[in-house]
Amino acid sequence: MLEQISFVIVSVSLLICASRVVTARNLVHTVLWLGITLALTAVVFVMLRAPFMAAIQIILYTGGVLTLMLFGVMLTHRDAGFVTVQNPSHRQLSGGLLAVSVFAMFAAGILRTENLPNTPGESTIASLGVTFFGEQVLAFEVLSLLLLAAVLGAIVIARKRDAGLEGEERPPIPARGPLPPATKASGG
Amino acid sequence: MGLSAYLLLAAGLFSLGVYGLVTRRNAVGVLASVELMANAVNINFVAFSRFLSANTGQVFALFSTAITVAEVVVGLALVIVLFRARGDVLLDAVSELKG
Repeated sequence: MLEQISFVIVSVSLLICASRVVTARNLVHTVLWLGITLALTAVVFVMLRAPFMAAIQIILYTGGVLTLMLFGVMLTHRDAGFVTVQNPSHRQLSGGLLAVSVFAMFAAGILRTENLPNTPGESTIASLGVTFFGEQVLAFEVLSLLLLAAVLGAIVIARKRDAGLEGEERPPIPARGPLPPATKASGG
Repeated sequence: MGLSAYLLLAAGLFSLGVYGLVTRRNAVGVLASVELMANAVNINFVAFSRFLSANTGQVFALFSTAITVAEVVVGLALVIVLFRARGDVLLDAVSELKG
């Protein structure tokens, strides 16, 4: 009984927070709501008896990704904190229709499937570690290469092209506002 | 709680991510929506791992978490480059590659 009540509380608040993530006008608020959503996902992991996943979720997402995204918002908006974004209403209509139909499709699939396994099993962190470093050790090592590639790629992509050239002025960042009409390439 | 309850929760989370992906114009907002969808998928992995009594689901969820974090790092680097080049991060306006 207690489990049902806590599941309902957690899932309702999870969905409310997630809907604020996609509708909040202020981008900083979006990122903060995302933080609550990710923390509540960690609670769901705890309810699924996956404490290691919950810890990883807190450390990586609410610790790392959230900070990165706040940096992303504040570096790309000089008036950070007062960033309001408008979503065109026709987009909201089509997005809402798409989301509802996606959910209806999933829900129909889930509810009409019979013989879903319903007896929870237990897994310990020790057995998780054995799987990680036994059966899946190659994937684990490849993953470390992927992370290295992502870090190097991010540095290469985001570095300033003319860093190191002394005495050369960088072109000023263009002001925000409506963009000039793009010049059409001839023959395109 | 049964497996289908968790699957429905994840489906709702995923649909909200789809909504954000379609409606958001700002690149950081789009990244946040992608995060929501990735989280929904992770909930599915862990739920199946519990109800099938197999570790593989949790291992897969951990891999997917790491890959999502790498994706966010590269995505934010792209956002910063976009900001340097254009002065805003509205994805609608990025249409130079359109044929």
